[in-house]
Amino acid sequence: MRNPRNVALGIVLFVIIMGVWEAGVRLLAVPMFILPAPSAVFVALYRGVSSGLYITHLKITFIATVLGFALGSALAFALGIAIALNRTVEYYLYPYVVMFQSLPKIALAPLVVVWFGLGLPSKVINAALVAFFPLMVNTIVGLRSAEEDRVNLMRSLKAIEGQIFWMLRLPSALPFIMAGLEVAMVFALIGAIVAEFIGAEAGLGMLIQSMNFTMDVSGQFSVLLILSVVGLILNRAIVAIRRRVLFWDVSVKANSGAAPIKGESV
Amino acid sequence: MGQPAVIAAARERAAPAVIAVSHLTKRYDSGREAIVALENIDFAVGDGQFVAVVGPSGCGKSTLLKILAGLLPATQGEAVLRGTPIDGPRRDIGVVFQSPVLFPWRSVLDNVLLPVDVQSLGRERKIVTAMELLALVGLKGFERRYPWELSGGMQQRVAIIRSLIHDPALLLMDEPFGALDAMTRETMNLELQRIWMESRKTVLFITHSIPEAVFLADRVLVMTPRPGRIMDMLDIDIARPRTLDVMTTPEFGTCVKRIRACFNATGGIDG
Ligand SMILES: Nc1ncnc2c1ncn2[C@@H]1O[C@H](COP(=O)(O)OP(=O)(O)OP(=O)(O)O)[C@@H](O)[C@H]1O
Ligand SMILES: [Mg+2]
Repeated sequence: MRNPRNVALGIVLFVIIMGVWEAGVRLLAVPMFILPAPSAVFVALYRGVSSGLYITHLKITFIATVLGFALGSALAFALGIAIALNRTVEYYLYPYVVMFQSLPKIALAPLVVVWFGLGLPSKVINAALVAFFPLMVNTIVGLRSAEEDRVNLMRSLKAIEGQIFWMLRLPSALPFIMAGLEVAMVFALIGAIVAEFIGAEAGLGMLIQSMNFTMDVSGQFSVLLILSVVGLILNRAIVAIRRRVLFWDVSVKANSGAAPIKGESV
Repeated sequence: MGQPAVIAAARERAAPAVIAVSHLTKRYDSGREAIVALENIDFAVGDGQFVAVVGPSGCGKSTLLKILAGLLPATQGEAVLRGTPIDGPRRDIGVVFQSPVLFPWRSVLDNVLLPVDVQSLGRERKIVTAMELLALVGLKGFERRYPWELSGGMQQRVAIIRSLIHDPALLLMDEPFGALDAMTRETMNLELQRIWMESRKTVLFITHSIPEAVFLADRVLVMTPRPGRIMDMLDIDIARPRTLDVMTTPEFGTCVKRIRACFNATGGIDG
């Protein structure tokens, strides 16, 4: 895919899109507070970055996202293992899991902000809450995905359950776990931003919110641009780890970027 | 020419049974109605003997193997391995399944060493054995490769030597070459004979294919359609090592014909 001709075509396409957008906005005299021209967006971006304003807020959102991701993933992983391996735990906890799963977790954000305040904790917790479910569900499914023949092989060798877990179930679950982590990372960013919308002293979400009040639409566009870059970087980081860990997995070699996950809502 | 056959026969007479199965019955109660998979199975396998089991699909061959491997409880009767009844998995059994069942995250060498890791047999010591076994099946130089880099036949060879690495008293094989093409299958038969003649393991080999059973085995057990019972038992006195040419000899033809006649009599034809 990445040969010089395709790169050139990609650049040409980008320039054309920007040109049409710029020309359209100018010719039709679209007001700035509806749709800013690309040039205005880039000016806003430059101002925001060079003044250090965006960097300050970016740091806060980034920290909330990564901490929330780590917290949510750790809990999801631990609970996923407990539910997958222990019938008693499953019996008592799974009904709640099912109930929570159909609930849009993002609807809890206002409560989380009320309970944990305007600072970092509420953002981390909201990010963790949203990131939690896809990974937990994938961990459960993954740990149960070990092929019967492989389990029989381990059993026939007189392996104890602990050995079957470490040597078979966990490696078999890794493709699911990595896919879950990929989704969890995106979800954590969403969770952090939404909590910042609801109430925050800083962060890119709060910045978007305040720009909305002042009708600074080109500013909002420039922050959105930053957010998509952040999302992309976080995703690439997970994908890179996934490639290393799952060097043996066929779906990674075939390079399907999409995570095999269904019915997950934020 | 007749010498090895005589020796094998003498050894069988002298050796005590490694495994003795008596009145073994298996009923599956899970479904709407109970399925009797095995009914009153009796047989014994002598030390170092190669016994093949043939039978139509669904007659309970895999069930029998799972019971002997300690993966399934019997409903009635018992199987005794070297003096102790089989009541669960044990370390002196090696199993080869229809598919190679290799772990893709382990290299070829690590796959062969899986039983060593599970049973803590000392990796350093067993690596030497593993390398020898790899060389024995023509996989020298592949030890650092991964299973997905190997052909189906190569993978099954890895599975076979994995079943030998912990030096089991009994080797159970459930249609190990069922998924291979005819040509590879013949090569694998020759190879298995060679491995068996070198290792002198006691083998119970399950197959759909009558010629494969006759080619490999000292003795063939013929099973009826469900519920599986042992219908016939046939000693194959063809000298070893057998080459693919024996398949065209009258002796071989007679054995195949006799087994096929059993199947025809019960209405099940296979292989
Ligand atoms: N877990 C199970 N629960 C209920 N019935 C089963 C189960 N496993 C096998 N059976 C039944 O027992 C019978 C014997 O099955 P088994 O797998 O042993 O046959 P097989 O001889 O190995 O067949 P094939 O040659 O096709 O592999 C079949 O009729 C099957 O439907
Ligand atoms: Mg079978």
